[in-house]
Amino acid sequence: MSAPVPLLVARCRALPGSAAGKHSLELGRVGESAARVDGIPKTTGEFAYSSDLAAAGMLWGHTVRSRHAHARIRGIEISEAVGMPGVHAVLTHDDVPGEKRYGLEFPDQPVLAIDRVRYFGEAVALVAAEHPEQARRAAAKITVDYEPLEPVVDPERATEQEPLHPDRPTAGHGYLDDPRPNVIRSMVVRHGDPDALGDVSVEGVYEVGIQDQAFLGPESGLAVPDGEGGIDIYVATQWLHVDRDQVAPCLALEPEQVRIHLAGVGGAFGGREDLSMQIHGAMLALHTGRPVKIVYGREESFTGHVHRHPARIWAEHRAALDGRLVAVRMRILLDGGAYASSSTAVVANACAFACGPYRVDNALIESTCVYSNNPPCGAMRGFGAVQTCFAHEAQMDKLAAVLDIDPVELRLLNALEPGDVLPTGQTLTGSFPVAEVIRRAAALDPPEPEELPRDPLRLPGGSGNTTHGQGVRRGIGFAAGFKNICYSEGFDDSCAARVRLFAGGAGELQAEVHCAGAEVGQGVTNVILQVARTELGIESVVLAPASTADVGSAGSASASRMTWMAAGAVQLACRAALEERERTGVDVDVERVYRHPRTWPLDPETGQITGGPAHVSFACAAMKVVAEVDVELGLTRLVWIGTAQDVGKAVNPQAVYGQIEGGTAQGIGLALMEEIQTRGGLITNASFTDYLIPTTLDVPPIVAELVEDPEPDGPYGLKGVGEPPTVVSTAAVLSALRAATGRELARVPVRPDEIVGL
Amino acid sequence: MRIELTVNGERQEADVWAGESLLFALRERLGLPGSKNACEQGECGSCSVLLDGRLVCSCLVLAAQADGHEVVTVEGLAGDGELHPVQDAFVRAGAVQCGFCTPGLVVAAADLLQRSPQPSDDEIREALSGNLCRCTGYQKILDAVSLAASGADA
Repeated sequence: MSAPVPLLVARCRALPGSAAGKHSLELGRVGESAARVDGIPKTTGEFAYSSDLAAAGMLWGHTVRSRHAHARIRGIEISEAVGMPGVHAVLTHDDVPGEKRYGLEFPDQPVLAIDRVRYFGEAVALVAAEHPEQARRAAAKITVDYEPLEPVVDPERATEQEPLHPDRPTAGHGYLDDPRPNVIRSMVVRHGDPDALGDVSVEGVYEVGIQDQAFLGPESGLAVPDGEGGIDIYVATQWLHVDRDQVAPCLALEPEQVRIHLAGVGGAFGGREDLSMQIHGAMLALHTGRPVKIVYGREESFTGHVHRHPARIWAEHRAALDGRLVAVRMRILLDGGAYASSSTAVVANACAFACGPYRVDNALIESTCVYSNNPPCGAMRGFGAVQTCFAHEAQMDKLAAVLDIDPVELRLLNALEPGDVLPTGQTLTGSFPVAEVIRRAAALDPPEPEELPRDPLRLPGGSGNTTHGQGVRRGIGFAAGFKNICYSEGFDDSCAARVRLFAGGAGELQAEVHCAGAEVGQGVTNVILQVARTELGIESVVLAPASTADVGSAGSASASRMTWMAAGAVQLACRAALEERERTGVDVDVERVYRHPRTWPLDPETGQITGGPAHVSFACAAMKVVAEVDVELGLTRLVWIGTAQDVGKAVNPQAVYGQIEGGTAQGIGLALMEEIQTRGGLITNASFTDYLIPTTLDVPPIVAELVEDPEPDGPYGLKGVGEPPTVVSTAAVLSALRAATGRELARVPVRPDEIVGL
Repeated sequence: MRIELTVNGERQEADVWAGESLLFALRERLGLPGSKNACEQGECGSCSVLLDGRLVCSCLVLAAQADGHEVVTVEGLAGDGELHPVQDAFVRAGAVQCGFCTPGLVVAAADLLQRSPQPSDDEIREALSGNLCRCTGYQKILDAVSLAASGADA
C-alpha cells in the first residue's frame, strides 16, 4: 500500500475530526445528540467538497455527451478540437487503455461510447483544457456522425423490441431465465395459494414517474497522476473500493495503482453508487500527466447519474370481511433505462416489499425490469420499496373503504410481528415493532384546521395569493411501510476499520480511526467517532480521511447499512486494539473486518428462501399527513406531518431526526412535483427551473417519534434509518390527497389537473 | 479583463474572462470556494453572497459587474475566531447534513436577521424559500434561524 500522493489542496483545511475541538463542541458517545464534527467547517465555507479541490498545473475536463437517445456512431471527428486554444487532450473510446466497459454489478456500459449510444447524455468523448470554457468550446467542435435509431421508450413494448444488449449481460447470474429481449431481471414470488379468494377484492393500476436524487453538489472530482503510472482520484462517491475495482481494469492498472480518496460529498441518495467522472478524469490526467478536475453542471448532472426506476404496478388485494388479508397479486414493471446498474437488486426489493408490513399468507408477485433508451436507473433512497409502498398503501386504503374499516385499524389488524412468515418464506425474527409504530403515528394529533381568513402563505398557492380559502379541502392520510436494512440475497457484505492506539505527548491514550465508510451527509463520521469514544473510553479520537490506500473496504453508504456496518467494524477494531495494547503494553495498530449475519439467495423459480434468510433485518415507519387542496386550481399545501419510525437504537438522535425529516421531504417531492420528463428518451427538464424539488414552503412541520426496540443483531441494537421515511411519505401524502379529493390518484407525482374539477 | 473589488473587507484584483460569473471568480480566481455552484440559474441559492449589502445569487452576476463593488461571502461572516450567530445555530440545531446548501443558507439567514431580527416562522420560510436543501427537509434549518434570532436578542 503506497501513501497518497501529497496533493496541493491548499483549500482542504478542514478534515473531519480536526475542527470541532477548538470550538468546544460536545462530541459525545453512542446515544447522545452530538453536534456534527464537520458542522463548523461546513457553515464557514472551509469544508472542501469535491468541486472545491485544486492542484498546481490543474486542467479542466469536459465530457461530450450524446444528444440522441439511441443512435449508431459512424465516426467521431476530433481534429478541429485538438487544435483549439488551451486544449491538452481530446480522447475517445480508442484511448481507453484497458477494459472498454464497466458497471456497478455488470460491465455493460462503455467508458466512452464505441459504436452506439443508448441514452440521452451518454459520454462519447473527453476534453482537457486550461480553462473550463476552453474545454467546453473545444467539445463543441467535436463532430460525432450519428445515425439515429428508433428508441425503445415504452417498457411494456421493450420485451418485444430489438435487444439493446444482445449479449444479455445479466443472464446466467442465478436469476429466473427470461428469454424475452431487453429483460434485465424477472422475478416471481409464489407463496401459499395465490388463487385463494377472499370475501372482497380491490384492484388498481399505479404509476410512478422517474425521480432524480437531485443532490445539491453535482458530480465532480480531481484526478492526480502519481508520476509512476498510477493515479489518485479525489471524488464524491458512496463506496470507494468498488469505484477502484471498476476504474483500475479500464485504465489497465493494478488496483493498488488506483487510490480513491473521499472528497467532500454534496449529497448522494443512491446517485453516487455508480461511477461518474472517475475513469474519465483519470484517463485525461494519465494522458496529459497533469491533475485534471471535472465538475458537472446541473444539466449534465441529470444525465450523469442513475435515477429512481419509474414503475407501473398492477395490484389486486383480496380480504376477508373482518379485514384480514387473504391474498395479494401484484405485477411490477420497472424501466431500467440503458444500462443495468443495480436494477437486478431493485427488482428483488420491489418483490420483497410488495405486500407492505402485513401478514399475507398467499401471494403471487412478479417483478420485471427492462432495458430501454430512457435515462438509466439504479439506486435511489428506498430502492424499489418506494414504488411498491405507494401501490400497497393505496390498496390498503381502498380495502378499508370497501370494508368500512378504519384505515389504521385495518393496518393494525394485518401488521406483521416477529414469528410471521414473509411472502419469500423468510420468518421474521429480531425486532420488528410495526404495530407499535402504527399506533404511535396514529396517536399523534394534527393541529386543528386554521381559521379563515389567513395569511395566503398558509393556503395552497402560497404567496401567489390564489385563494382566500374558497375551494380548499382538507384531508388526513395515513401510510405504513418497511424496507430491508443492509444488503440481501447472499451478498458477502463487510466493513473494515483500523484503529491505532498510541500515547500522546503527556502519556494519555489517543486513537486514530481509519474507515472508508463514505460520509455523504448522513453523519457516519459522527457515528464512527461516537462508537470509538464509547468503546475506548477516551475523548481524543480522530478519524483519518477515507481512502482505499490505508484501510479495507467499508462497503457502500447505501441500503441504510453504513451506520450499522461502520459501528460494527469500529466496535470490533476498538476492542481488538484495547486487548492487544493490554497484552503487549505498546502502541498498536489493528484492522478488523465486520460482517453482518449471512443471507442466502432466493430460489429463481419460486422466489422462496434457500438455506436461510434473504434479508438481514427490516425497519418500518408509519406516517400521518394533513393536506389542503385547492380543487379549483389543483394546488396543494401540506399542513402537518406526524411520523413514528422503528430505529432500533438511535446512535445520534439529532441526526436520526434529521434523516427522518429529510427522507420525508424527498417522498413529498415524488408525491407532488418531482419527475424527469422525457420525449422519445430525451430529457426535457434537466434543470432546477424545470425539475422542482421541495422548498421551505413545501415541507410542513414534521413531528417525529423514535421507536427504540433494539435489533438483536445490530451493534448497540441499532438499525439503519435513512430509507424508511422516504418509503412511506409518498404513500402517506397521496392518502391525504385522496381523503381531500375523493379521487383515486393512481400516479405520482400528482398533476394539478388530476385534483381539479370536483 | 481586470477587475477590482472589495471582498470580505479586502481590496482584491482579478483577471477574468468577460463571460465569467462572480461565482466563478470568487471560487477560482480569489480562492473563496465557500460559495457553491449547484444550478447555474439562480434557483438554488447555494451561491448566495451580499453585493453592496444586497442578497444576490453570484452565479447570475458577471464578475465584471462586481468591478468597483463590495462583496461579502460566507467566508466573511465569522469574526476573529468567532462564528456568526447563524453559523453557530446551524451547527447546534443539526441544520447541517451534506452541507452543500449551508453556505448559501447561512448568508441568506444572516441577511434576513439583519433586516428583521425577530422574524416570524412564516417570514423565515418565505425568506429562505429561494435556497434549496436536499438533505434536511428544512425543519432544523428553520429551528436554527429561530435559535439565532433568540440568541441575538438574549
